Amino acid sequence: MKFRHRDRDDDRAELQMTSMIDIVFLLLVFFVMTFKISAQEGDFNVRMPLQGEGAPSDSTQLPLKLRLVSDGRGQLREIILNDNLSFGTDWQKLRNYIIQTIGEPTGPDDDDGPEVEIDLDYDLHYEHVIEAITAVTGYRRGNDIVRLIDKIRFAPQRK
Amino acid sequence: MRFAKRQVKQAEADLTPMIDMTFQLIAFFMVLINFSQSEQNDKVVLPQSELAKPVDTPIEYPIIIHLTSDDAVVIGGDTISMEALRVRLAPEISLLELEGKTPADASIIIRAHRTAPGGRVQDLINRCQELGFEKFALRVKEEQV
Repeated sequence: MKFRHRDRDDDRAELQMTSMIDIVFLLLVFFVMTFKISAQEGDFNVRMPLQGEGAPSDSTQLPLKLRLVSDGRGQLREIILNDNLSFGTDWQKLRNYIIQTIGEPTGPDDDDGPEVEIDLDYDLHYEHVIEAITAVTGYRRGNDIVRLIDKIRFAPQRK
Repeated sequence: MRFAKRQVKQAEADLTPMIDMTFQLIAFFMVLINFSQSEQNDKVVLPQSELAKPVDTPIEYPIIIHLTSDDAVVIGGDTISMEALRVRLAPEISLLELEGKTPADASIIIRAHRTAPGGRVQDLINRCQELGFEKFALRVKEEQV
C-alpha cells in the first residue's frame, strides 16, 4: 500500500504577528513619550474652620505668633516670633528656638500641642510661607521626620 | 530539458525574545506611569520642602485648585477668577451633598506657584472657608538634596 507523502512543513500553523507587533510598538511609544520623571509631592495639612469655630480649645495656651515681613518685592525681610523675637531670615534659628521652647517633639496625634499662627504680608512669596511651615512643623533626621508643631493656622489677612 | 526543482528555504527571524522584551518594557512603563500627572498644571511650579512626603492614605473627596503665578485659579482645567470660585465650586458641593457629605468632609488641595503672593493663597482659603470647607492641604514638592 502506498501512502501519500505529505510535506510536514505545510502543517505548521503560522500566526500573523505583524499586526500584534505594530500595536505593541505603538503602546511602547505611547508609554515612553508620556513617561515623566517628577519629584515626589507631599502635603501640609491645615485645618481651618471659619473664624470663631477655630479658636484654640484651651484659652491658656496661646498660639505662637509668627510674623513674616516682606521687603515689598515678595522676598522675606524678617521673621518675628511673638512680636519680640527676631530671627532675621534664618529658618534654622527659628527651628532651634522652637525645639528649645517646646522641648521634645509632641508627635502628630497630640491634640494639646502648641499651635502656630502665621501672620504674613500679602505680597510675600508663597515659597517663604512654605519655608515657615517647614521650619515649625519639623525636621529631617536621616530618613525620619521629627515632628514639632502640627497645628498651623493663618492670622487674619493683611492688605 | 528538465530542471530539478529546488526548494528555497524561507528565512525566518525568531521574534520571541524581541516580543518578550517589548512586553516587559510595556509592563514597566504601565506600572510606573503616573496618572496623577493630570492633576498637575504646567504653569505651577510648587515650592520645595524637605518634609514633603507622599500621602500614605488617599485623601477623601479631594478638590484640587491650582494658583498660577499670574493669579489665575485653575480647577479641573477651567481657568477662572477668584470671584468665580463660588460658582465653580457649587457643582462640587452639590455632588458632596448627594453623597450625604458636607464641604467640611472634603479636602481642598492647593497647588500654588512658588512665587504667588502668600496673601493670594490666604484669599483662596478664605473664600473656600466661606463655602464651608475646613480641610486644606498645601501641596509641595520634595526638596532635592
